[in-house]
Amino acid sequence: MTTVEAKPTRQLSYVAAVSEAFAQLMREDPDIFLAGEDVALGGSVFGVSRGLLKEFGPERVIDTPISESGIIGLGLGAAATGLRPIVDIMFMDFMGVCMDEIVNQVAKMKYMFGGKAKLPLTIHTMAGGGGSMAAQHSQSLEAWFCHVPGLKVVMPSGPYEAKGLMVAAVRDDNPVIVINNKVSLRMQADVPEELYEIELGRAHVVRPGTNFTIVAIGRMVPESLKAAEMLAADGLDVEVIDPRTLQPFDTATVVESVRKTHRALVAHEAVRFGGIGAEIAAQIQEEAFDYLDAPVGRVGAPFSPVPFSPPLEKEYIPDAGRVAAEVRRILGKQV
Amino acid sequence: MNVSTEALRDMHLRMVRIRTFEEEAGKLMESGRVPGSLHLYVGEEAVAAGVMAHLRDSDQITSTHRGHGHLVAKGGDFKQMYAELFGRSTGYCKGKGGSMHISDLDLGMLGANGIVGAGPPIAIGAAFSNQYRKTDNVTVCFFGDGASNEGTFHEAANMAAVFKLPVVFVCENNGFGEFTRQERHQAIQDVADRASGYGMPGVVVDGMDVMAVYEAAGEAIMRARRGGGPSLLECKTYRFYDHVGIRGLGVAYRDDSEVLEWRKRDPITMFERKLDEEGLLSAGEAAGIHETALAEVREAIAFAEASPFPDASALLEDVYTATD
Ligand SMILES: Cc1ncc(C[n+]2csc(CCOP(=O)(O)OP(=O)(O)O)c2C)c(N)n1
Repeated sequence: MTTVEAKPTRQLSYVAAVSEAFAQLMREDPDIFLAGEDVALGGSVFGVSRGLLKEFGPERVIDTPISESGIIGLGLGAAATGLRPIVDIMFMDFMGVCMDEIVNQVAKMKYMFGGKAKLPLTIHTMAGGGGSMAAQHSQSLEAWFCHVPGLKVVMPSGPYEAKGLMVAAVRDDNPVIVINNKVSLRMQADVPEELYEIELGRAHVVRPGTNFTIVAIGRMVPESLKAAEMLAADGLDVEVIDPRTLQPFDTATVVESVRKTHRALVAHEAVRFGGIGAEIAAQIQEEAFDYLDAPVGRVGAPFSPVPFSPPLEKEYIPDAGRVAAEVRRILGKQV
Repeated sequence: MNVSTEALRDMHLRMVRIRTFEEEAGKLMESGRVPGSLHLYVGEEAVAAGVMAHLRDSDQITSTHRGHGHLVAKGGDFKQMYAELFGRSTGYCKGKGGSMHISDLDLGMLGANGIVGAGPPIAIGAAFSNQYRKTDNVTVCFFGDGASNEGTFHEAANMAAVFKLPVVFVCENNGFGEFTRQERHQAIQDVADRASGYGMPGVVVDGMDVMAVYEAAGEAIMRARRGGGPSLLECKTYRFYDHVGIRGLGVAYRDDSEVLEWRKRDPITMFERKLDEEGLLSAGEAAGIHETALAEVREAIAFAEASPFPDASALLEDVYTATD
């Protein structure tokens, strides 16, 4: 499988990029169906499945009861018996309701059965804060799933990535969790009209640079690009890397960058403690210790649930300013 | 059933207070003055009022994402409620929870909840505690028709029955889970049918008729209080507005004619007509009650908007309790 960096053809929103990926995939493969809460008649509360019911009918676009364990199980059982399901868990927070299905069933079935199962299952969900939706509708829990062997985890950073990674996820013969970000849904970018894949497990250097490496996850990619601009004004040439896939993780691309820049930080919206940034920082120091001029930094949310009140939430969620400040701190410069 | 005039007027007051609270809150959300999403209880007031009329402060309830009405009916303070919706430090949850987590433990209100189906397991825990501590307190668990499809409901119902817990499961069946009509999410018409599968009584009542709710809830709560175990009360009701916010008409998932038909059975209007006919509350008196409620709501909104936002230092507070 190769990454086709196809020619951009028109501006598309993130949300339209996701629904276009679903539609084109379903046209291509009759074994694909989409099931989830309010994905059919309602077109999903986020709009990611708008129009699909009309085109593909209720056999393939299915409104389920509010039963997250059932939804994941539906996908797993169908995948194990030859279909290629896409199931939707509306908010990532609700994955708490169906953790057994994901962690003990989906992730392990193939291994436990001595390899005698193929599970082409895609679990789509929405993460992230920023809309005053409080503690149970705003979390970024990707690290939970990266810790479980058997799952792949994808976190797109923009419309182009959202479409290409969704296509790769659905075509992959393994369970893949695709985590989109609510705030990013409004982003616009050039997105090719045709079906294209972005290879899973391969990072992308979004902005080449020589002085510092920022590994940015999901929504922190556009924030880190802004930070890089702010830092460019100080004469710093920052490289920004979007891993795109968190599991499997493309350590090589990150390490290659750090060997050049000698300094790095990881930025994610999730809680900093125990976040995927900890794993990435550990890998960098394992593979590039001799090249590092400073400890690897991490930007993430503080150790509390996501607060409701707008000023608290603003304080909570990392942004370009915090990324830039952390870069300056690592470089020993005054913020 | 013989109900005192005082009790009738009390239920009317609870319904009016909920309605007024919700109408004003909805407008604040629609105009962007209140952040986040509000799930309004307009149309379903008779359920909260008819049930809560039987409860004491020491009885507990678990609520849902549509929780303002439950807290108002349980005696919630408008000022602290509005301050919470506005995300201010004077709110019930110091601005940390907002609409979906509004709560008052002193009133036994164990929280609105952002997770559909989260209430039933918490409710049986509270009911177990009531039983364990040998009190005669009761826990009431409010949940929707949609929530009755979560495994949590079924696990909790079974445990409640087998442990004979003092809990009453009150299903607010408004016919929809978000945009999905009940007939498309479950193959039964009456959620109350599920009770027999767990070995507890299940009763269906007209959830637009506060007297019907009051009567059936009274029986279920009394049974639980006396050690007779759990039961399930299903109230057939309707959400006048949208799943989130006000609009409610001109939406794809239901016909306006259906909405208007249900609005003809507005629980407050119907009850006021009945009270007026029976000479228990005149139209003039009722209007006065609405006005007073509105004045209280306005005062609460002014209080909330004049209150400070939480300080950034509050962010890391309240994550853990310092054990003493
Ligand atoms: C576990 C979980 N799944 C899904 C949701 C999204 N959601 C919020 S309210 C709702 C509908 C709930 O329907 P019902 O229980 O009937 O209550 P109603 O909204 O009708 O009062 C859904 C699907 C959620 N908050 N939590």
